[in-house]
Amino acid sequence: MSAFQGRVSSALADATLKIAIDRTTNTARTKRAAAIGAWPEFAEARELGRDIKDHVIANLEYYLTQFEANAIKTGAKVHWARTGQEACEIVVGICKAANAKSVTRSKSMLGEEIGLPHALEAAGIERVETDLAEHIIQLAGEKPSHIIWPALHKTREQVGELFRANHTDPGALASVEQMVNSARRNLREKFMAADVGISGANFLIADTGGICTVTNEGNAELTTTPPRVHIVTVGIEKLVPSMTEAMTMLRLLVRSATGAELTQYTTFHTGPKRPGDLDGPEEFHIVLVDAGRTKMLAEGLAEMLRCLRCGACMNHCVVFRQIGGHAYGSTYPGPMGSVITPSQDGIEQFQDLPRACTLNGQCGEVCPVAIPLPKLIRGWRTKAWVQGYEPAISKTALLLWRFLALRPGLYQFASNIALRFMPIFARSGWIAKMPLAGGWTTYRDLPSPQGGTFLSQYKAKHRKAAK
Amino acid sequence: MKNNPPRVALFVTCLVDAMRPQVGFAALALLEQVNCTVDVPMGQTCCGQPALNSGDQDGTRQIARQNIELLAGYDHVVVPSGSCAATIIKDYPDLFESDPAWHAKAVNLAGRTHELLSYMNDVWGWRPKGVDCAETATYHDSCSGLRSLNVQAQPRQMLAAVTGLEMRPLEGANVCCGFGGTFCVKYPDISNAIVGEKAAAINATGADLLLGGDLGCLMNMAGKLHRDGSKVRAFHAAEILAGMGNGPAIGEPA
Repeated sequence: MSAFQGRVSSALADATLKIAIDRTTNTARTKRAAAIGAWPEFAEARELGRDIKDHVIANLEYYLTQFEANAIKTGAKVHWARTGQEACEIVVGICKAANAKSVTRSKSMLGEEIGLPHALEAAGIERVETDLAEHIIQLAGEKPSHIIWPALHKTREQVGELFRANHTDPGALASVEQMVNSARRNLREKFMAADVGISGANFLIADTGGICTVTNEGNAELTTTPPRVHIVTVGIEKLVPSMTEAMTMLRLLVRSATGAELTQYTTFHTGPKRPGDLDGPEEFHIVLVDAGRTKMLAEGLAEMLRCLRCGACMNHCVVFRQIGGHAYGSTYPGPMGSVITPSQDGIEQFQDLPRACTLNGQCGEVCPVAIPLPKLIRGWRTKAWVQGYEPAISKTALLLWRFLALRPGLYQFASNIALRFMPIFARSGWIAKMPLAGGWTTYRDLPSPQGGTFLSQYKAKHRKAAK
Repeated sequence: MKNNPPRVALFVTCLVDAMRPQVGFAALALLEQVNCTVDVPMGQTCCGQPALNSGDQDGTRQIARQNIELLAGYDHVVVPSGSCAATIIKDYPDLFESDPAWHAKAVNLAGRTHELLSYMNDVWGWRPKGVDCAETATYHDSCSGLRSLNVQAQPRQMLAAVTGLEMRPLEGANVCCGFGGTFCVKYPDISNAIVGEKAAAINATGADLLLGGDLGCLMNMAGKLHRDGSKVRAFHAAEILAGMGNGPAIGEPA
């Protein structure tokens, strides 16, 4: 059993996990469907969104250069990181130069991807996660299980217990509102005391050099405004040419993610505090991170760089909805994670991810930028097959089947022999157990075949008719 | 077309060939009702999807070439499965993107190939006449047919003309049943969890029958329903439309 299958078994055995997954993903799907249903131009916007991203990815160097020049004009400092490790070193270096004891962070999957939480801790800097779900994850010492709802795997009852054990003066924690208020009380002083605030970015606006963050809790604003230093860590694929394109992307992103028309907070940050500004950071750093993105481009995964990180693909994935995010064992779970992870961390270690997919296509259908996720997932299976990672048993079976499928006469002969033996295992039409069929019959009965093959029955009938 | 009936090849699919020939005979019966000249090419085996979805592109191309040659010269190729039809229609051309000669042949075949239920409805506007089936039924949309070929309204429109048949909506009819070809035997635990939810939704309709257009998905759902002791019986929609609904359902002895 692979490590993946081990995690799957534990996840499937966890009834509470399934309750937690269903509560959030069912609501997400219902709300997204309503939002898309109320947006007659969705299909057009989706094509536009796809074209905008493809255009930027095809002209990445041009827009990155433009973004950098404009960001510098606003007073921002722009840093380039080829790898996650380089990015972490840059961030830790800025924190140390600022003599930072405490850092607040608003939710960023890129931060998770590059291992920033760990890097900050290793550097002895206090890290305070300010997104409510990330706060829960930090208290539990876990990793996010969803890219929009990092604590999706926890029920509100479990969160209540966690807050009771960890919060100062939690008070009553019977309702979600009480839990939110307890988190707010516990986080508020941390916000104000932090030396550095670290955020991600949903968009980089090339023609202004600004960045855009979308949140529902206002924590990004409290993370980025009071501290002396604001650091943005962001993947280079987040570029859009201008505010016009950012608006198209925002509409697609938010409706697909939560089903709302807009997030509670949509903030554009451009440079540090200027003379006369009432607030804002004194230093504004933007760390542009590659971490495998140009590699994906070179590997034929350019379409994946369209991804807005909305999470719709996983909310609609039948596999994700059974096993949750942690079972994938990767930063990014679900369909988009099954495409990104093998590129970032290797197909050998993560060959289960593209395989554990029914290729039903719903992820690609709901993707707001029309990423052909099933095609890309199948592409990884092709790479895994070519590189010899297909497990020996299934490879042998497939090659034997292929040998027969290319020899129709032999195929019919072999089929008819197999079909003659199968009914031996059947009881009133159904097979509950049969050698070599355990993958099917562990959980399902197999209908016993109806005599010989269709082709042989058809041939026999025609012979009779001809006589 | 009535004056000059098209020559139609029936590509029954490997699963129908082995596991449920009655679907093939139902397809023949339907095609004869619209006066097609039907041929069953004897050199057919499988569309190649198991190889394609396992990543064996070279193997799939070999099988695709065999089928492209076998099915050349027919006016239409009809397949009683959305999944296998989509492989021929959508995937064969992609497989030969860098091989112009075979690509042209694959595109030509794709243009002549139809999924059975949409063929009967979209090409012929066919409706069953005098077909009785006094049962309640629910319908599951198999994913490939639904998303790759837009098969959704057609089977329901034709089934609505079956006398006595009452259709009940299935919650999540467009959600995968967990079959996924080799997925269901490679990851049986996950597949079981998915089909378990599907079976619960089917049972909740209170319908007597489960209908669909793809035998793989139907075997998956019927096998789970039977294992769990459900009384719901499963048929390919073509069987009901061809008046074979009074015969044995999937898994029932003849």
